[in-house]
Amino acid sequence: MSDTPLVEMRDMSIAFGGNHAVDNVSVDLFSGEVVALLGHNGAGKSTLIKILSGAYRRDAGEIYVDGELTHIDNPRDAKRYGIETIYQTLALADNVDAAANLFLGRELRTKWGTLDDVAMEAACREVMGRLNPNFQRFKDPVAALSGGQRQSVAIARAIHFNARILIMDEPTAALGPQETEQVADLIKKLKAEGIGIFLISHDIHDVFDLADRMSVMKNGRLVGTARTVDVTEDEVLGMIILGKCPPGAIPGPGALSEAA
Amino acid sequence: MTDHTASAPVSGAREITPGPIGRFLEATEIDTRMLGMIGALAVIWIGFHIASGGVFLTPRNLWNLSVQTASIAVMSTGMVLVIVTRNIDLSVGSVLGVIGMLMGVFQAEFLPGLIGFDHGATWLLALAFGILVGAAIGALHGYVIAYLGVPAFIVTLGGLLVWRGAAWWVTSGRTVAPMDSTFRLIGGGTEGSIGAAASWGVGLVTCAAIIVMLVNGRRQRRRFKFPLRPLWAEGVLGSIGCGFVLAAIWIANSYPWPKRIAARYAEAQGIEAPPEGLFISHGLAIPVLIAIAVGVVMTFIATRTRFGRYVFAIGGNPEAADLAGVNTKRVKMMIFMLMGVLCAIASAISTARLNAATNAQGTLDELFTIAAAVIGGTSLSGGVGTIAGAMLGALVMQSLQSGMVLMGLDTPLQTIVVGAVLVLAVWLDIVYRRKTA
Ligand SMILES: Nc1ncnc2c1ncn2[C@@H]1O[C@H](COP(=O)(O)OP(=O)(O)OP(=O)(O)O)[C@@H](O)[C@H]1O
Ligand SMILES: [Mg+2]
Repeated sequence: MSDTPLVEMRDMSIAFGGNHAVDNVSVDLFSGEVVALLGHNGAGKSTLIKILSGAYRRDAGEIYVDGELTHIDNPRDAKRYGIETIYQTLALADNVDAAANLFLGRELRTKWGTLDDVAMEAACREVMGRLNPNFQRFKDPVAALSGGQRQSVAIARAIHFNARILIMDEPTAALGPQETEQVADLIKKLKAEGIGIFLISHDIHDVFDLADRMSVMKNGRLVGTARTVDVTEDEVLGMIILGKCPPGAIPGPGALSEAA
Repeated sequence: MTDHTASAPVSGAREITPGPIGRFLEATEIDTRMLGMIGALAVIWIGFHIASGGVFLTPRNLWNLSVQTASIAVMSTGMVLVIVTRNIDLSVGSVLGVIGMLMGVFQAEFLPGLIGFDHGATWLLALAFGILVGAAIGALHGYVIAYLGVPAFIVTLGGLLVWRGAAWWVTSGRTVAPMDSTFRLIGGGTEGSIGAAASWGVGLVTCAAIIVMLVNGRRQRRRFKFPLRPLWAEGVLGSIGCGFVLAAIWIANSYPWPKRIAARYAEAQGIEAPPEGLFISHGLAIPVLIAIAVGVVMTFIATRTRFGRYVFAIGGNPEAADLAGVNTKRVKMMIFMLMGVLCAIASAISTARLNAATNAQGTLDELFTIAAAVIGGTSLSGGVGTIAGAMLGALVMQSLQSGMVLMGLDTPLQTIVVGAVLVLAVWLDIVYRRKTA
């Protein structure tokens, strides 16, 4: 692992009206590393990663990729830096099929410039076969799929295009135990390939199983960042619920001050 | 669609093994919704035929119907894309009007001073000018909608008023006539038809295209080892398609030129006319060919290009399209530009048919265009619609209109019926979707 982070988000802030959804948060991620983002509902996790994926424009702060300042103003910019995202809402176009969603914005084309639907369906069958072997509904619009099947499509889309930086916002929320296990294996495999992963999850066991480090947010502010080996599950719960930063973690601006 | 079979199967077993009709539909992958529309059209046609005492289903009437449908059909193809992306365009009738006036003045008053009267290139220059104006108007609408964020309903409602006013402004209300003699062919009529031989030619080429498409589709699916349709189903599809095409051509060719014009033509060509008069076929009308060409091109754009894929994705989930990296603003602007171009083509057809440009031209066309798209299965909640459906919808609307004229119904009654049918059709569609969802 080199010492320049793959991604560094420095002093990010964004407000919706008077609501400071993300307030002065800094996180970083090295290649081949899984960093978990934790926090209760509404803590600002999704908002933070949506800035990185180009969905939201930040009010303040800088994003560095490979140590270089970036200009991420929309999702296309983010993709150019190899940032792929599985959104909490999945962000699928419900009226078109799995292959069309997989390749949305990056369609395969024939030599005449027309859509190569057959090739896209073939590629889709291949990825989905690896990810969710039971998946067979390639002709149906994704609106007709189950929650887990839809989630598989969203995951397939994020991993199919050689991401360097992968953002997974609660990727297993709708999956059954077997598929969840498959996603865990997938994360380990991608990590071994040197991909950096931001993982948002409410499942603390999963996080301890998969993450190298974790950053905890509360009310839009960073409570602290810790290496998984330096903290216990109870200490992390304390960070999430109370905002109390344990000795093994580096406190952020949102940590409960010791003096109080 | 009910599929009661003659053999009266035991209920319960019916759900597991579909009856012959169900199996047939499954194997051929025919869209049952489209089938329903063709059925509705058949009912309307046969109904009017009986009610009008046998004058509806005649070559002459059907030929006229095809010409009258062309202009709305052209615009309805663009309206599909507009509505699919959850927008609306209320301005198409007014845009048609102002472009008609501009093309009229351009060819009847501006060009003659420049290149002389009845110059061979006049029609082309006038058409190109109209298309440019249409694209510019559409781009303006699209820009305000996509980039400034004003809802399409408001922008095009404004456009409805602005462009109708502008149409008057071009000549202060004066009607412009006549049009260039070649330009007039765009509107159809005796001369604006391609005759029997060329029509058969078009028919054969179309049949060949249908067969090539089926064969090619099959080869593609085999290449990637996807499930194939049974061979008999391919055969049935091909025969139905070719049968429809050839029947339409046969009908168009059965409509002869009026006796007087045919006699004059015979005299001019020095042909010996038989005593019962010369039988010269109209064949397909040029505006109909234009509408069909537009339909083919628009279907290609909607289903085979990136742009078309984005249009549908935006309709299904605008946010998802954005997050996937689609430049949704640019796509929206392009849709409205395309709509403007189609208005120009429709305007050329209707101006040429009237052989005049008037400032009232195209009034209420927006409603017929929207109705055609919606009757044709375009969902107002976005994401769903086909070009072919909208064109069929235009034919349904025009059939109603023409049928009522043929029966001598008063104009106010006609509008009442058309309005009621629109609501009924959309309600049926909602019921259908609920059943099949
Ligand atoms: N587009 C938006 N407009 C207005 N407020 C927003 C918007 N997006 C998020 N917020 C607000 O920002 C805050 C943080 O929301 P966010 O979705 O980031 O939380 P989260 O940590 O992802 O929660 P969860 O665990 O429930 O997914 C919330 O108060 C939310 O209401
Ligand atoms: Mg969230």
